[in-house]
Amino acid sequence: MSAVRNLTFAEVEEGQELPALIHPVTATTVVLGAIASRDWRPMHHDRDFAINRNGTKDIFINTPTNGGWLQRFVTDWTGPKGRLGRMKFKMKIPVFPGDTMHFAGRVVRKSVDETGCCWVDLDLSVSVGDKINTECQARFALPANADDNPWQRRGERWKP
Amino acid sequence: MTDIASDLPIVVRDLIGKPHYVEKTEFPIEIGYVYNMCAAVQDGNPLYWDPEVAREITGGQIAPPAMLSVWFKLHHWMPGAVGERRPMQLYFDIKDMVGLPEGIVASNEASFGEPVRIGDVLTTSQYCRALGELKDTKLGRGRFCTMDIVTVNQRGEWCGTDTYNFLIYIKGAR
Repeated sequence: MSAVRNLTFAEVEEGQELPALIHPVTATTVVLGAIASRDWRPMHHDRDFAINRNGTKDIFINTPTNGGWLQRFVTDWTGPKGRLGRMKFKMKIPVFPGDTMHFAGRVVRKSVDETGCCWVDLDLSVSVGDKINTECQARFALPANADDNPWQRRGERWKP
Repeated sequence: MTDIASDLPIVVRDLIGKPHYVEKTEFPIEIGYVYNMCAAVQDGNPLYWDPEVAREITGGQIAPPAMLSVWFKLHHWMPGAVGERRPMQLYFDIKDMVGLPEGIVASNEASFGEPVRIGDVLTTSQYCRALGELKDTKLGRGRFCTMDIVTVNQRGEWCGTDTYNFLIYIKGAR
């Protein structure tokens, strides 16, 4: 446990950039995510279906896997005490095999709610080349200090 | 959101805003699926991989919050199951009822409550919150449709709400 690094609220500033993440996508990337998220729809594993029925150029990363990548991108930065409260994303362009995903993020706002929970609102994106494929707004709770733990909040003390 | 197109049949309008397909997950939440998802996105968060870290921080092993939608999906096949088994059946019902066979997720928003723990049995309810007017898009003529999946655990605690905005459409039609 001593080796686990957790970011605290005091260490974060508005405007701060998150460390970038780059990942090349293969058909395996797409299919692994689809199966792990129990999404059996053919546009995420059947290239012919994706092209001829969906009108896309190939199979593409599905919604829950997109969410999983974005969550991982943020918790790589926060450490395990970072607790996801809310996430909204818009997939403007599908991510296909052969693409390289570039994850970027910025702290838009820091706030403390009436229960004392410390929040960071983040703007996140997944880009391929010079185009933004996915835009995301996420809200994470961070520990106020080394002794705090957002995961201990329940019921009325957790207002994402 | 209360966007409901005026030209919808009564039978479709009556579906909107009410809970449908209130169902329990087909199995207790299990760590194998958590590992599969973490492996798929190369998520090394020790909360999911190290039981000692999980015990200290979350009081035991949990699933990543963003996996919430995973748990209400049906197995592709089960003994005795008849016909195609599809997640979010209300979405497919509505597509059929309004004659728009294709669909794509335009955006997704989720809020997360009590963590989903290994061994939990969850209950989900499906809601159609909005179904808009017909419009022409790059993919074809269609409607935007908003669906909520509300999830609670076996103690009735709210675990999260997953909201999808779909475009349902006929390919190429204008």
